[in-house]
Amino acid sequence: MSNLRILVACKRVVDYAVKIRVNAAGTAVETANVKHSMNPFDEIGTEQAILIKEALAKSKGTAEIIAVSCGPNKSQETLRTALAMGADRAIHVETDEELQPLAVAKLLRAVVDKEKPDMVILGKQAIDDDSNQTGQMLAGLLNWPQATFASKVELAEKAMTVTREVDGGVETVKTALPAILTTDLRLNVPRYASLPNIMKAKKKPLAKLTVAELGVDIKPRIETLKVAEPPKRQGGKIVESVDDLVDKLKNEAKVL
Amino acid sequence: MSAPTRQRVIALYKQLTYLGREYPAGADYFHQKLKSAFLKNKDLTHPDEIQKRIDLGDYVCKEIEAMYHINKYRAMKKRYYEDATEESIQSKLENTDWANGSSKK
Repeated sequence: MSNLRILVACKRVVDYAVKIRVNAAGTAVETANVKHSMNPFDEIGTEQAILIKEALAKSKGTAEIIAVSCGPNKSQETLRTALAMGADRAIHVETDEELQPLAVAKLLRAVVDKEKPDMVILGKQAIDDDSNQTGQMLAGLLNWPQATFASKVELAEKAMTVTREVDGGVETVKTALPAILTTDLRLNVPRYASLPNIMKAKKKPLAKLTVAELGVDIKPRIETLKVAEPPKRQGGKIVESVDDLVDKLKNEAKVL
Repeated sequence: MSAPTRQRVIALYKQLTYLGREYPAGADYFHQKLKSAFLKNKDLTHPDEIQKRIDLGDYVCKEIEAMYHINKYRAMKKRYYEDATEESIQSKLENTDWANGSSKK
């Protein structure tokens, strides 16, 4: 196998361990002064790209991994993480506007047109908006085949066989390259970027693009009306006696 | 301590400090433990002894990374795959020998 170019999309999201709070206006999740990190599914995607690169290196092939992220200036931290894990270079599409999946898919298409990768790897969904749409939309826009929810990937000459997690089992599909791959949780174990690699990542090239340069309309198509927290769990009660319990079950819980 | 070993120990300390930033019990707690663990061995002179501690440090690094991964993996699994796990546990329980055996009785 010869040369591959892999584009990996990475989203900066609120860290999985942070307790999410809705902002005072009830329109969005509070993101100011909250720890952010790379979307866990995108980490898996980055790891998969690195695994492909390492496997290719054994068979005298090469792969170039390009990490791409769309969003505000701080998205560069996420890209640096991807570079520290093992991506070769990064592209940051800068915008402070709110980005919806369709907008991201269009931006990624523009990046794909520029870079001409053989494969685009995305996380199946981001843990902030849980849309699970960007990969599919990108495949539609590019008219490329897509293998979503991958739990196993085997690469062959200009083709790949992907095991997908579907309801109640797995499905194995084969597709020609170029193609879109979206990762599921069980695909691999993402590596932890070591400190020396983080230092080295600061020297790796990071190109900056603007939405205007790519000529993409990122206007939101969906309006968020309200964001609300799930109802709080009510505390338990201690009952005095069996009669009390039966009475409460009958009159308060109304289950008897 | 020879210069390369010294460098190695400092690198290990830095790596552990870096890993400790995300420690569930807090970075400060981790850093205290880390510092005392390193100070405890500051008088070691024998190269083999020092190497042993460095190996232990590397092992701890790996353990912490594994712990972070498993925490994240479990959080994701709990959030997105809860029903599926319940089902699979259910089916596993049904398929075990003792369950089948007891149902026959």
